[in-house]
This record gives sequence, C-alpha cells and structure tokens, in this order.
Amino acid sequence: MQDVQEQYRYLPVKALTYIAEKVGMSESKLYGVATFYGNFSLNAKGKYVMKVCRGTACHVRKSANVLAALYEATDTSERKPTSEDGLFSIEIVSCLGACGLSPVVMVNDTVHAAMTPDKAKELVAQLREEA
Amino acid sequence: MMREKLKNLNEFQTLQTKCANALKAETRKVLICCGTGCVAGGNMELYEELKKQMQELGVNYELALGEKEGNNLVGLKKSGCHGFCEMGPLVRIEPEGWLYTKCKASDAREIVEKTVIGGEFIERLGYHFNNELYKKQDDIPFYKTQTRRVLEHCGHVDAESIEEYIALGGYTALTKALFEMTGEQIIQEVSDSGLRGRGGAGFPTGKKWAQVAAHTEEPIKYIVCNGDEGDPGAFMDRSCMEGDPHKMLEGMIIAGIATGSTEGYIYVRAEYPLAVSRLMIAIEQAEAYGFLGDDILGSGKSFHLHINKGAGAFVCGEGSAMTASIEGNRGMPRTKPPRSVDKGLFERPTCLNNVETFVNVPDIIKKGAAWFRSLGTEGSSGTKAFALTGNVMNTGLIEVPMGTTMREVVYQIGGGIKGGKKFKAVQIGGPSGGCLTDEHLDLPMDFDSLKKVGAIIGSGGLVVMDEDSCMVNMAQFFMNFICEESCGKCTPCREGTTRMNEILTRITKGEGKMEDIAELKSLATMIQKSSLCGLGKTAPNPVLSTLQNFEDEYVEHIRDKRCRCGTCKDLAKLYITDKCIGCTKCARNCPVGAITGTVKQKHEIDTTRCIKCGACMTGCPVDAIKEG
Repeated sequence: MQDVQEQYRYLPVKALTYIAEKVGMSESKLYGVATFYGNFSLNAKGKYVMKVCRGTACHVRKSANVLAALYEATDTSERKPTSEDGLFSIEIVSCLGACGLSPVVMVNDTVHAAMTPDKAKELVAQLREEA
Repeated sequence: MMREKLKNLNEFQTLQTKCANALKAETRKVLICCGTGCVAGGNMELYEELKKQMQELGVNYELALGEKEGNNLVGLKKSGCHGFCEMGPLVRIEPEGWLYTKCKASDAREIVEKTVIGGEFIERLGYHFNNELYKKQDDIPFYKTQTRRVLEHCGHVDAESIEEYIALGGYTALTKALFEMTGEQIIQEVSDSGLRGRGGAGFPTGKKWAQVAAHTEEPIKYIVCNGDEGDPGAFMDRSCMEGDPHKMLEGMIIAGIATGSTEGYIYVRAEYPLAVSRLMIAIEQAEAYGFLGDDILGSGKSFHLHINKGAGAFVCGEGSAMTASIEGNRGMPRTKPPRSVDKGLFERPTCLNNVETFVNVPDIIKKGAAWFRSLGTEGSSGTKAFALTGNVMNTGLIEVPMGTTMREVVYQIGGGIKGGKKFKAVQIGGPSGGCLTDEHLDLPMDFDSLKKVGAIIGSGGLVVMDEDSCMVNMAQFFMNFICEESCGKCTPCREGTTRMNEILTRITKGEGKMEDIAELKSLATMIQKSSLCGLGKTAPNPVLSTLQNFEDEYVEHIRDKRCRCGTCKDLAKLYITDKCIGCTKCARNCPVGAITGTVKQKHEIDTTRCIKCGACMTGCPVDAIKEG
C-alpha cells in the first residue's frame, strides 16, 4: 500500500480492491488499515505535499503562524487541504524529528528549517514557478 | 573496498586490520554533517562544492574509506548528526577536532585552500560565544559537559561506511558474543550492566531478554527494534539510525544470538526517509560481509533483518500496537497479558527494544558491565541521549550520564534561555511526561527520581519553555495531540481525552468555569486507571503536572479571562502604549479598521472590532503595540 501511495500520491479505490484481492484480505479490513494511518490518503494529493510540523518544539517556536501563512498563500484550509490547481496539499504532522531547526516544513522529502510566515510565502511562490 | 562474505573469525580480524590501516592513511578528514538538520541547511551543496574544489586544487582525497592506496589522504565524508543543530550546517575537521559552524557552499574554496591544504583555522567559521572563540569541538561548552557513549560515533564517522565502523572496533562485540560467550552469558552481562529500556518505561533489558530466551520450545522468535519515535520533540533515535546505523544493527544481532531468535524487524517512522535509506545501506553492507544472513562468520548462527516503515500513527510506538502494525493490521494495542515476550509478533515470543537500548549493547559486551555502570546512578546506569529543544540558546542532540541535573542541561549545555528571558519549565517525556519547574532544577534526571515528581524520562525529549509560554495552552496542545492520535479502541482514552480537550480548549478561549479544574482532575484519574495501554494511562500527565505546578495560571484564565503570556489569542487584547508616534501605519495596516487616531497623536484600538491578527504589531516602527 505504501508503494501504491507513493506512485499515485494517494490510494485510489480501485487499487484498494485490487490489493485486497491479491493479498487475500477482505476489502473492509484493508479499508480499516488504510483509514487508520495518517500517511494514507483516499483523496488525491497535490504535487507538493507540505507537511507542517506541529510538534512541541515547533509549537513553542510558533509554527501556527507558518501554517496560517501557507493556507493563505495556497488558498487552502484545514477542511480543504489540497489547492484547486492540484499543486499543493497542506498537512499537519505531529513531529518531523527536526526539532533543533523548528519550526520546520517538509515539502515532499525535503526539510525546510527555521520557517517564518514570510519564508513560507516565498517557498510557495518558488515552487509554483518550478511546477 | 570489495566486500566478500567473511567465513571465519580470522578473516574478520584481517579485515579489521585492513580497515584500521586505511583509516590511518587518512591523515586529514573533513566531515560534513549530513543529519536532517544540516541537510536542510544546505550541507549537501557544500559537500558537492568541496569535492569540486578539492579536484580543482589537486587534493589527494577519497570519498569512501580504502578507495585509494597510499598515505596522506584527505577523507571527505558525510557523517551523521553532530548534535549542535542550532549552529548548523556543521563541518568537523580532523585530526585537530575543529568545528566550523554555519557553513555555506560558498565557503568551500576557503576551507580547502586554507584548512585542508594550509592547515590553518578559519576564525570566521569558528564558534563564537561570549566574545570567545572556540576552535575545538570538545572545548565548546555545549559539548564539554556531555559524555557521549551512544552518540560516540555520530558526527565522527562516515555514516554510510561499514569499513569505518569496523576500523573503530565495530562488530568486535559481535565476534565476542559469537565465539567467546554463550547466550546465557550475554544475557547475564546485560543484566549486570543494569541497562534499562530507553524507550520510556525503563524495563530492565536483561530481564526481558531472559524471558524471551526462556521460550526454548518455540522454533521462531523475533527481535523488534522500535524506531517509531513518535513523541513530539524527540529525535535521538533518528540521529542514531542516521549517524551510526551499524551500532544499532550490531546490538540487534547480539540480541538475536542471546535470545535464540533468527529474525529481526526494524520499525521506522515514515517521516524519517533518511534514516530508512541509511539503514537499508547498512543492512546491505552487513549482509555483504556476512554479519547478517545465514551462518554468521562461520559460527553456524543466523540472523536476518527486515525494515518496516510506519505510516503515521503515534500509538504504534506502543509494543503490541507496533507488532499489529508490522503484521499489516491496524496498529492498536491489545490487552496484556500475554506480554509480547511470550506472545508478540505473529504470536511468537518477541523481544522488543528501543533504538537507543540496542545501541548500548555492543559496548556492554565489548567493555563489560562494570564499565557501563561506571556512569549513571545506582538504579539507572549508563548515559541517556536527550533532544534539547524549545527556548534555549543551544538546541540539539545531547548525551549525559543518568542523574545529571536539569540545571546542568539547561544552563551549561543549553547555554541558558534564549533572549535572556526567565526559565519557566521543562516539558520532559513528551505527551506521556510532565513539566518540571525551577524547583526541580537540581533534581537528578534518572528513571526513579523523575517518577517521584510525576514526570518520566520517556524517550528523552526536553522542551524548554521560557516565561512567555502559557502552560494552559501547552496542556491543551498535548491533549489535542493525544485526542488525534488515540487509536479509539478503549473508551477511557478515546472519549476521556476528547472531553479533557474540550474543557481545556474552553479555558483557553476564556469560557472556562471554576468547576472545570476539578472535572479535569477527575477525568484524568479515570483515564489513568482504566486505559488499555501505556500511552492512554499516561495521557493525562501533562495536564496533571501543569495543574500541580501552575494552577494559578488556570485560575487566571478562568476567573480573570487573562493569559499572562499572550499565547491564548482569544484572551489577549491589543493596546497601544505611550510610545506611539502617531505615524498612522497601524491604522492603515488594520484589515478591519479597528484603529483610529489623528496624525502625530496616540492611536487607539477598538477592542470590540479587533480580530487580533497582529498586523499592526508587526508593522509598528516603534514597537508601541502590546498584547496582554
């Protein structure tokens, strides 16, 4: 399932049915597993998945403001985490383990350290150009 | 170096000599910190640039140990985390032991010209503190008070080279365990050392191993390494896995031999992609030399290792939830007994230990139990790695003997509170832990002393908070975390923490009632008593310990509708002080038109319209707008 998720950036329903058949598990059980873990998503994610750390250290160093700036810059919200153009998905994660550099944002597999609301906006603009 | 399967002890010793000689041939080493922190800071670019510059300037360098023949080589290496993340990106220069801080790719030429070729120290890149320059890494106050055993190699070796690990005596403990000791002797040594599980609960490791080993009737037993470091604010395990993966592997293999298990699993968080890739490289190398696989070094013993990536669930750090997750199910804890040492992974006896626990093992076998006990306290021997974060000057990865006081950690290693503010509390042990205040500063940090004051060492996260951190907000933050991460299997944790979170949220919004405090306490006791797993049982700890130490802040929030730190936005009011010069900038910045006033006169904020966005504060040229 992790490999499927990596390929498609989410778990399409069809894939779940297929996996269930192949590994000999009931679909309901597989669905249970897929919805249990935070890293699996049943909805399509954006090209850039921005994980905003809300671990203790980042929280103490005001990661909430960074999150707000990212929501604003990508026109997303907690309810609607993926932007209309399919470029950005904003996720909140509990801890990325880079507390010494807090607050951090991880874009796909790259960690961006010591973020500020302004740096967050710049990052979005830069990624938009690259896309 | 060509890697071939070693067939006996002799071949291992030959290899060790060869590796050690190759290491001696490197008379100078440039170690680029490639921990997650420094990579984020751009150290990979610096590495590439250094390589390019060395090529251009004709330096005789090698990237992997033993790559080139001859002497006087310069080793350019990617090391694991040095721990001093605050000052990253870091570069260590050997043999002098110098440390360069805050390096950039553009510094590469100077480093190669002056330091590598000229042997000269670049003052600009050195660490300055209180107008003093510290050239050597070991002289820096941050490092000086530390004792590094677990993190001994982190930052000092190439994390992707098994040969370097061997050159420094790696896998010697394994050969000792294989050829000189019986399983019982290994377990006895570990028991004698007094090593206790570093994952949080502090269960004696030797005892656990003995319980697994006692199941002689079972053909299959498992060793599981818990690398699911889910506590927010902790990153010791990540650094061990990234910086010195072989030490952990060696510990696991020894555990396998001691308990008679032949299969091992490493469960790593998916949030740690670098750790996963370093471990995969390490396993591949260990397999190539035959430290892993069938018939290890011709001893007839076998051990195989697999990596399992987590999928983002805090609860999977709990033993039975983790085994369920490895089996491919929802990661939910189950009722105990049976304990995992009797029926764990795939219903087999399972020895489940934390990363740091395994990392401690090779040295115990190599140097003996007495050596291990030479540090630490009576009940808690050895050292402990901590992740020091929050509002301290020096954040990073540290290691100190058990029993070191909080004062030494915060003030000597941490360098005190950032911005000269006052120390308020330390949150220790993550969401299962508690707060320690200034009255606890001289308390020795070990398993038993901390338990007495309602905190735990936990996995080792230390988040320091200054006077501007609101404790109610902190408690709410942890409760919110637990709510989201509760697996939902048992009612006390699922519903209880939700109710507690609702009450705390209400208090931070200024809608609290005085009865709420009693209600919180009663809910907390109920959850502690009736939850299924350890995570649930400890979930109310942050609330209880903040209530115990900072009840006045709760009362202030409820009765006076005031947050003295200005953290709780709903309670804060913005006001303009007499510093105001009447530049009108704030009035123009205000998105809701809540600020009025005439030019060159003090302005006023209409608090009924103000949405506390803070736009006025950031824009004010004289810092006249305050919150509180």
